[in-house]
Amino acid sequence: MINKTVKNVAEACAGVESGMTLMLGGFGLCGIPECAIGELQRLGVNQLTCISNNAGVDDFGLGLLLQTRQIKTMIASYVGENAEFERQMLSGELEVQLIPQGTLAQRCQAAQSGIPAFYTPAGYGTEVGEGKESREFNGKMHLLEHAFEADFSFVKAWKGDAAGNLIFKGTARNFNPNMCGAAKITVAEVEELVPVGTLDPNQIHIPGIFVQRIFQGTDYQKRIEQRTVRSKQHGAG
Amino acid sequence: MALDKFQIAERIAQEVKDGYYVNLGIGIPTLVANFVREDISVEFQSENGILGMGPFPWEGEEDADLINAGKQTITALPGAAFFDSATSFSMIRGRHVDLTILGAMEVAQNGDIANWKIPGKMVKGMGGAMDLVASADRIIVAMTHTNKAGDSKLLSSCTLPLTGVGCVKKIVTDLAVLEVRDNAFHLLERAPGVTIQEIQEATQGTLVIPNEVPEMLKK
Repeated sequence: MINKTVKNVAEACAGVESGMTLMLGGFGLCGIPECAIGELQRLGVNQLTCISNNAGVDDFGLGLLLQTRQIKTMIASYVGENAEFERQMLSGELEVQLIPQGTLAQRCQAAQSGIPAFYTPAGYGTEVGEGKESREFNGKMHLLEHAFEADFSFVKAWKGDAAGNLIFKGTARNFNPNMCGAAKITVAEVEELVPVGTLDPNQIHIPGIFVQRIFQGTDYQKRIEQRTVRSKQHGAG
Repeated sequence: MALDKFQIAERIAQEVKDGYYVNLGIGIPTLVANFVREDISVEFQSENGILGMGPFPWEGEEDADLINAGKQTITALPGAAFFDSATSFSMIRGRHVDLTILGAMEVAQNGDIANWKIPGKMVKGMGGAMDLVASADRIIVAMTHTNKAGDSKLLSSCTLPLTGVGCVKKIVTDLAVLEVRDNAFHLLERAPGVTIQEIQEATQGTLVIPNEVPEMLKK
């Protein structure tokens, strides 16, 4: 067994420098690497390019790094719900690349898999396709999209072990598995770091080969963006 | 009278057939789940990674690790499955999802749709909409017939940045049900009490009106 454990978040983030390209897992605030984001803020590295589906909210998630102007370029599919983001984007302080969500996921997956590029129909005939190579397959037009190239990938899992094996929970899985092994160094933070041998090999979502560093996170807030409940009066949601 | 958002959802629910996997967009489309007949089997897919999405949780049972694509807390029904984002879009791009229902700011008579950006004003992003409209065989747009300024959203050509080209086949609005084909909007049904003239006035694009236009939601 190759031991991937690092002592804490500081050791996990060693080597992150200003100007680097980072992948960060999560959908909205669900399944985001809270500890790593906190450490990036503490380190004060800036001019970062961040690849993440969303940009957090004003005071949580990647919104924290926007507040401190640490992000130069944001690559995402949906950036609503963040007033500071919108302000920085409209004023030109922040460079933003909006790309279709499936393309974002597949560009991560392609990087993980050693596939340099792929064709997808998403975005053909729109702004997204401008300047891109296109090609017809089976009578339909497709765009050539490239694998991401990133320095660090920060993911969050539910359980993991020293070998770097990961299991995710619910919809907190989202982009996290696709970003594992998609950057030069993948850092996984887990809610529960369990002894090697306790995770059932049949149940592992991401084998440890895709992870270079793993640590047990602390003080998870796991904020809910839209708390929506069924009313006992009306029944249906 | 024009339909309210619940009635639009109720009408769209009639398009959901037994055995369908359905992706619902944010807003009116989310409401469709409430009106699907109980005697058919349907599974709802949310692109953030769940098949078998259930209703909102009871108060106190919300789980931060269980949300839909609108970031709302949800539940998982028996038989549900979770998966990563790349797998989710394999379901969508691979045409395993049978029906996509989404909102729009504009639809053109050639089937183009715009729903992600108002230059200089609103830029939230396309999320999964571009993947969905580029791939789905069946796309239904749920929207109001006109925008808040009273301008038609059914146009000869879109003025806003496109989300997809030539992809919309059917539209359900507060005034009418329309089919999009042969570079025109074909009127299929009208809202109860709404006249064909009202629909014509609210439609900027080419509207084809058949001899008979039944009312929607006739029991």
